[in-house]
Amino acid sequence: MYAFEYHRPSSLDEAVALLTSDDIKLLAGGQTLIPTLKQRLAMPDALVDLGRIEALKGIRTEGDSIVIGARTTHAEVAASEEVRAAIPALARLAGLIGDPQVRNRGTIGGSVANADPAADYPAAVVGLGATIHTNQRTIPGDSFFEDLFTTALDDNELITAVAFPIPQAAAYEKFANPASGYAVVGVMVAKTAGGPRVGVTGAGPCAFRAPALEEALAGAFTPEAAKGVSMPATGLNADIHASAEYRAALISVLASRAVAAIG
Amino acid sequence: MSIAITMTVNGREVSGSVEPRTLLVEFLREHLRLTGTHVGCDTSQCGACVVLMDGASVKSCTTLAVQGDGATITTIEGLANGTTLHPMQQAFNDHHGLQCGFCTPGMVMSAIDLVARVPNPTDADIRKGLDGNLCRCTGYQNILRAVKAGAQGMQTGMGG
Amino acid sequence: MNAPVKTVGTSVKRTEDARFLTGRGRYTDDINRPGQLYAAFVRSPHAHAVLGEIDTQSALDVPGVAAVFTGADMAADGVGGLPCGWQVIGKSGVPMKEPPHPPLAVGRVRHVGDTVAVVLAESRNAAKDGAEALMIDYDPQPAVVHLADAGAPGAAQVHDDVAGNVCYDWEIGDKAATDAAFEGAAHVTRLDLVNNRLIPNAIEPRAAVGEYDPADGSYTLTTTSQNPHVIRLLMCAFVLNLPEHKVRVVAPDVGGGFGSKIFHYAEEAVVTWAAAKVGRPIKWTAERGESFMTDCHGRDHVSTAELAMDADGTFLGLRVRTLANMGAYLSTFASSVPTYLYATLLAGQYRTPAIHAEVKALFTHTTPVDAYRGAGRPEATYLLEKLVEKAAREMKMDPAELRRKNFIRPDQFPYATPVALTYDTGDYAASLDRALELSEYATFAERRAASEANGKLRGVGFSCYIEACGIAPSAVAGALGARAGLYEAAEVRFNPTGSVTVFTGSHSHGQGHETTFAQIVADRLGVPMANVEIVHGDTNRIPFGMGTYGSRSLAVGGSAIVRAIDKIIDKGKKIAAHMLEAGEGDIEFKDGVFSVAGTDKSLTMGEIAFQAYVPHNFPHDKLEPGLDESAFYDPGNFTYPAGTYICEVEVDPDTGHVTVDRFTAVDDFGTIINPMIVEGQVHGGVAQGLGQALLEGCVYDDEGQLVTGSYMDYAMPRALHIPDYRFDFTCTPCTHNPLGAKGCGEAGAIGSPPAIINAIIDALGPLGVDDIPMPATPHTVWQAIQAARASTAQAAE
Repeated sequence: MYAFEYHRPSSLDEAVALLTSDDIKLLAGGQTLIPTLKQRLAMPDALVDLGRIEALKGIRTEGDSIVIGARTTHAEVAASEEVRAAIPALARLAGLIGDPQVRNRGTIGGSVANADPAADYPAAVVGLGATIHTNQRTIPGDSFFEDLFTTALDDNELITAVAFPIPQAAAYEKFANPASGYAVVGVMVAKTAGGPRVGVTGAGPCAFRAPALEEALAGAFTPEAAKGVSMPATGLNADIHASAEYRAALISVLASRAVAAIG
Repeated sequence: MSIAITMTVNGREVSGSVEPRTLLVEFLREHLRLTGTHVGCDTSQCGACVVLMDGASVKSCTTLAVQGDGATITTIEGLANGTTLHPMQQAFNDHHGLQCGFCTPGMVMSAIDLVARVPNPTDADIRKGLDGNLCRCTGYQNILRAVKAGAQGMQTGMGG
Repeated sequence: MNAPVKTVGTSVKRTEDARFLTGRGRYTDDINRPGQLYAAFVRSPHAHAVLGEIDTQSALDVPGVAAVFTGADMAADGVGGLPCGWQVIGKSGVPMKEPPHPPLAVGRVRHVGDTVAVVLAESRNAAKDGAEALMIDYDPQPAVVHLADAGAPGAAQVHDDVAGNVCYDWEIGDKAATDAAFEGAAHVTRLDLVNNRLIPNAIEPRAAVGEYDPADGSYTLTTTSQNPHVIRLLMCAFVLNLPEHKVRVVAPDVGGGFGSKIFHYAEEAVVTWAAAKVGRPIKWTAERGESFMTDCHGRDHVSTAELAMDADGTFLGLRVRTLANMGAYLSTFASSVPTYLYATLLAGQYRTPAIHAEVKALFTHTTPVDAYRGAGRPEATYLLEKLVEKAAREMKMDPAELRRKNFIRPDQFPYATPVALTYDTGDYAASLDRALELSEYATFAERRAASEANGKLRGVGFSCYIEACGIAPSAVAGALGARAGLYEAAEVRFNPTGSVTVFTGSHSHGQGHETTFAQIVADRLGVPMANVEIVHGDTNRIPFGMGTYGSRSLAVGGSAIVRAIDKIIDKGKKIAAHMLEAGEGDIEFKDGVFSVAGTDKSLTMGEIAFQAYVPHNFPHDKLEPGLDESAFYDPGNFTYPAGTYICEVEVDPDTGHVTVDRFTAVDDFGTIINPMIVEGQVHGGVAQGLGQALLEGCVYDDEGQLVTGSYMDYAMPRALHIPDYRFDFTCTPCTHNPLGAKGCGEAGAIGSPPAIINAIIDALGPLGVDDIPMPATPHTVWQAIQAARASTAQAAE
């Protein structure tokens, strides 16, 4: 690691005030940032540790949504009675991230802001139609992820919470990379008042909705309908673990399994 | 820049002055000379460095020492009561849950965290609960047996 | 006095666990020396480049950096290259090519990770800062990365004086007889296959601490080694030109090795040499990324195989052509792996009368390849057992019965194979029968139907492996090109008050020697295990040692201890005869008591030991004081563990995901000292074999960059991937060592990959898939299914 300075503000305002340049990074759970620093792939001047800002923590129900504070860990979401009751698929998704130690430290805000193409939460943000709350505004989940590790967040903007509308039903299916634990493909299928939603992670540069699947499921919400959709491989990720064609096929297969899980 | 930190490690309050980039595992191994916690990778995946931080298992190679300021840390050195092994340690001995011993401290700490959350874990719970720990020697089967027995021992407060 | 309870054959709990379970193990990285500097090695980012100027000042300017050394500095001190310990003589008597392997590169770098310079600094971070700042002029050159390309005309040359990158072109067996067998064959089964390249991944990364004491000119190297004496010998004699009595090599607790910690590595020589240059201790610990790039890799073969049979399925002949990747340099035992540890095993458990194998070893611009758990024998087993299973499919015979038909029968031992080995004993049908029973093979069809009903494909696969281990008789190894003896040394020392210290040249890196060896000593000498201490891993304490690899510690190292014990007992009898005023021939020793035959006169082992050190009335012209004996044991033959593994898999045809549902292992390891430890060795070996079959594959891109350079991309078996094993032993004791033991460390890794792959092929057979490469990742399996479906569809059109 290169040397850096360290700040540990106790309030959100204090944290924002510290974000005076691009070379100052936010430290949430650190489960991506610290390995990146260890490999000297980043050289920030300073880290602003959000770990002591209590306002960023916690899970609450607000109207028809579950609102999760940015600093809530994956383990807390996975274990939350509130989440398990309202959106069990989200609790399940959180319980599939990384491994137990990653879940004990890693946070939803960190994961969503990092926008790793193979992270799990983005599938939920897109698939459930979440809203990202920041210190400046709210951003619709559908337009939050823009590209590889690129989001709609401005400089000096930080996520304070993620609000997930409670669907009628939802399920998340993940095909994990056995090496990294990240999603080769992950698919969140939700039944909502506005129709079926399908959010996909792992397959493209960033999480996306799959309109073809949504249309097919709007016609018949059955596993067969999902499996019958032939997803195009164009533009999907290809690496040593999976070709674009394989990822395309997995999207339909996992979507159909998610539909079957919803029942 | 150095930062003064204080934490409770294995029941003892310790303090030190560290650079912000100092990892918790470096603080434990190099400042406190608690070398039972190991480092086996640099991408946060092998779990040889797992310790308990405020009761939850964490990878001490993916935690800054400054993040542990004020925390309560338990390492493998802090488990036994004198010469009496913790039930999970005893179960690893009883069921041959270790060979070279390098992954063992992290494995035991992860297992203790798992049992704290799931007191009667099934095989599937244990496999999932140890997903953050690599062992190259045992093929895991005896670790599974050990964690099951350790879980029982922790409930009865006895060695496995 | 009650006879002590015998421990051999029982699952005594491990004594070494106490320190490992409490965080008191002592691994190399746990050791720090006052005033130590930290080393960071600068490694080539290119697979192949000409080294230009290295501006050492650029690193020396970094705060905290104390020194920088390059290959030129070592060359100026007359430092030699890292040697290869086994000379292979190729066809027509052409010896293998041994290009120089300087510890720090000179003139040229030949693989990504090749060691270019070392930076020594006051802290680990400062050393890394210095390494990063070091300006090196590289002129990148074309690289040859993949084995299949290395021998092609026009391929980039790894070494100027190694034409065509051929290290050696070697053969074994009777070509004419084999050709004749094929001419007369009713059926020939052919197979092309790749044995995938693996990265060993002991969880403890390599580390080394070098020290120099100017008071007496002595050096100490503490290192992560399976064989400290071998490191001392190689480093002193070939690299640093130091007298061995001035060099101590210590390998404290070692966190797994699997072969990767046999070899003498550049870093060991550099920290030792540099400690004297700067007059301070030097510590280096590999980061995992360095381990991926610089620990010797394993396997990496491309082969074709043909099996000739008569109309009944009797094997007539076997023909094998193999390309083996050596990587960029010859590592310590690299040359022996695809020859004497591979092709000599191609007879397997079968009576195949004619075998001919050709092996061409090639250099590539990749990390050196050397022994990894099984070393050559997994490659032989994978080839043969995949070929036999394919033959069974083609002959429409039950794969178990085709094997049984061709097994060497128990009455045929000792059995000389057509490929240089003589198996001493075995009962292959016994293992097969037990495995069939344990795996419930008879009801497989029911389970297959149940899987089908769930939309899954189930298959069963076999592997009947054999290995030559307990390496080895020095005479045989020497005749085959080994430049070292392969005996083992032991010393058994009674202390005056009756406790025993045993010094062994074997060195545990997880195998539990402190327990197993103590069981042997306790039983044979009639002393409690608690009174026996096993000492290993230190050249200053142990007479000599060839170390732990090739499943040799018990069969060779344990036998050396037995020989030393025999001498102790002989000496004890002399002392007893004197004390009891009897003839030496009348003294009997049993359960720790020396007695005069036919009388009630006796002395315990403890009393004898005490007298040995308090020899007030010894006749010193006939009887020396002391009770301390050493022995070197050189075995008469290899040992030949063998067994049957049966795997059942379930494949998800939609995703290609393979679940190992049932894995049965029945092994014949000869006499077993501690069943718990032996079973643990099999568990671990099978897990590594499962890793090779389903998860692990080292991938380089076409430029020679290591794509699988971390645990993010190199998939290691985790608890989630491993099934519960079904496990049993059969036993035909080894005929030529005093323990009857054959060795068990590698069997699991040798026997399991073909069982798993054969099961997958069996599962996918109904879809028209007839082969699957390793690792059979979901993606690979899915692609095979797609290809088979496409060709079925095409055929239907």
